[in-house]
Amino acid sequence: MLQYLALAAILFAIGIFGVLTRRNAIGILMSLELMFNAVNINLVTFNKFIGPDNLVGQIFAIFVIVIAAAEAVVGLAIVLLLYRNWQGIDIGNINIMKW
Amino acid sequence: MFGVEVSQLFFYLLSFIIIVSAIYVVSLRNIFHCALFLVLCLFSVAGIYILLEAEFLAAVQVLIYVGAVSILMIFAIMLTSRLANKKIMQSNDNVTVAIFVCAGFLLTSLGSFGYTVWKVVDSPLPENNTLTIGKLLMTDYVLPFEVVSIVLLAAMIGAIVLARREKI
Repeated sequence: MLQYLALAAILFAIGIFGVLTRRNAIGILMSLELMFNAVNINLVTFNKFIGPDNLVGQIFAIFVIVIAAAEAVVGLAIVLLLYRNWQGIDIGNINIMKW
Repeated sequence: MFGVEVSQLFFYLLSFIIIVSAIYVVSLRNIFHCALFLVLCLFSVAGIYILLEAEFLAAVQVLIYVGAVSILMIFAIMLTSRLANKKIMQSNDNVTVAIFVCAGFLLTSLGSFGYTVWKVVDSPLPENNTLTIGKLLMTDYVLPFEVVSIVLLAAMIGAIVLARREKI
């Protein structure tokens, strides 16, 4: 079981690295998908090894996948809107919300 | 499903592919190549689900992530194609800070795995994976199931409203 948890932790750490270092907004969204996958691996692992009586962990993993799809749709719509208005999606330049 | 040694071998192979392609996803200059390596990474995660005896989830992973989300990413990259050329810097100047944050997270989590006492139960998973998930979704988890469909509808309407050109 520990090997699956270690794999998920490594994948999550790589996702954090991507979120912190990317300039491109689409790159940040891709790193977020990596982090969602790490969480899903954790859920399925705990379902198999800790509570195998029913499949609650897998159901929560399905909900995470659905929410991740919705997030990707809305996030990419915002990215296209930014590209149209700023002629670029470098998130260092987009500071209109900064006070 | 397999013997223990064979599944161990598959696990190490799949985790090698996952980690290497994830590192490529966060570090390559060309964002289009990043999207292709993301497809490889998500596909290998589906293999990990099969090793964990979650076959329905593996199918959902292939259909939604590999089929839909990554195609959406590639569409967005194509539509913002001026940024896809190699000359633009893709990473900002806090790479060192990010490496320290990741190393700290990794050390903390791996260390806490070793110290935790896991109550591992050795009973097998339910026999028919898809049947059990369907029954649970229609009985115990019917409210989250309906709420998540409303979330999908809201995301669809929101994406249309955000991305259309003329004002409403």
